[in-house]
Amino acid sequence: MKDVGIVSYGAHIPRLRIKSSDIANAWGKNPETITSSLGVIEKSVPSPDQDVATISVEAARAALARCNIDPQDIGAVYVGSESHPYAVKPTGTIVGEAISATPILKVADYEFACKAGTAAIQTCMALVKSEMVDYGIAIGADTSQAAPGDALEYAASAGGAAFIIGREKIIANINETCSFTTDTPDFWRREGRKYPAHGGRFTGAPAYFRHVISNAQNLMGSANSKPEDYNYAVFHQPNGKFPLRVAKMLGFTPDQVKQGLLCPIIGNTYSGSTMLGLASVLDIAEPGNRIFVASYGSGAGSDAFDITVTEFIKEFPHEKAPLVSELIEKKQYVDYSTYAKYRDLLYED
Amino acid sequence: MADGAVPRFWREIPQRYNLIGNQCGSCSKIYFPPRESCPYCRRKSMGKMKVLKLKGQGEVLTYSIIYNAPEHFERQTPYPIAIIKLDEGPKVTAQIVDCKLDDVKIGMRVQSTFRKIHEDGYIGAIYYGYKFKPIEVK
Repeated sequence: MKDVGIVSYGAHIPRLRIKSSDIANAWGKNPETITSSLGVIEKSVPSPDQDVATISVEAARAALARCNIDPQDIGAVYVGSESHPYAVKPTGTIVGEAISATPILKVADYEFACKAGTAAIQTCMALVKSEMVDYGIAIGADTSQAAPGDALEYAASAGGAAFIIGREKIIANINETCSFTTDTPDFWRREGRKYPAHGGRFTGAPAYFRHVISNAQNLMGSANSKPEDYNYAVFHQPNGKFPLRVAKMLGFTPDQVKQGLLCPIIGNTYSGSTMLGLASVLDIAEPGNRIFVASYGSGAGSDAFDITVTEFIKEFPHEKAPLVSELIEKKQYVDYSTYAKYRDLLYED
Repeated sequence: MADGAVPRFWREIPQRYNLIGNQCGSCSKIYFPPRESCPYCRRKSMGKMKVLKLKGQGEVLTYSIIYNAPEHFERQTPYPIAIIKLDEGPKVTAQIVDCKLDDVKIGMRVQSTFRKIHEDGYIGAIYYGYKFKPIEVK
């Protein structure tokens, strides 16, 4: 079996932020209770000229800036999101054109709640392993929707990351991947509706925890590994609490989770969530480091990956694109009324 | 955007997404948007205009803050719009983003970024293209 893994990666997070306390105040909730119960201090907000296409393009361009791959050698672009700008017309076509990878290119958009980006990684892995393409770009990005006043509003944010999957000069080898999927209606958005609905507490035990834990155990079973074998663990982060709790239940320590845990300061970037967490880890990872990754998508499913960082990370030019920490630091706050205007929450006839 | 704009936009995708201009094969002048022929070399440039991708970096020559925006841009006011001299020579007009209004300065170094320019209501096409943001000094 040929090696397959990450050749390069790039991230993008919009610059605007809103504090959870400002959202809580707008709805007459206690800011401290909200912030501490969700573990989210602030979240990223897309400006009116940012959407999944622009975030995906910026992330893909960042990934390309860090390697010497001719965009014409990219054979596939898969964009995972639940906020594609068009219901019909693939985001991947816009990304493909904007990175000059068209026209000999396989493209499709994916949707699987928050795990569409990791599903795109698996597709690219298969295409690369079977030698149908030399390189594939897997993107997970969202400008996630939340109804005004809904609990989702405190976390639903925007951002994304792109991973170039290939066979040569791999900075991180993907040793194993597996998925766990069932029909679990914990969270959904009906066709043509603007905002999602969810099952409240039902999104926890039978949904997030069952799928992530089962899949994580399956992965460690097939990789013959234990939590202590990993330097880092990245989990999907719908809020600041779930990833830490699931890590503890599986036997991982908070130290293993810390570098990839971004939700408390940027919110839940949905399809970008696990991908940005992994990007944050790769920003500081060293050769030989082992990374455990488990995404979660409502509906529901989880994709897990066992990853080993290679020697090529040493000469990898991180500096040619912004680090995740730099994207997080570059911020500008907006108040709730500006947020409402930018997110199209105000009624308009 | 009025009817008929979709094909026009589509034809301009290379320049709007990737700042693809061209260069006269006779006098080496660089053009953006690309020209069919060089206005200086005229006939000598015919068939010699070479495609050239601009790097997307330049400096602000002048700018204005827009408070009364045209249709499609109302939600973004107030916002800066600038004339930017690209390093290769051509000048372009574009919005400045990711920058506080007070921080926009003449001479400021900027780089292109990919943004939504406008959308044709809730039903029509979405048009993407270049805007510019400050080059962050590390």
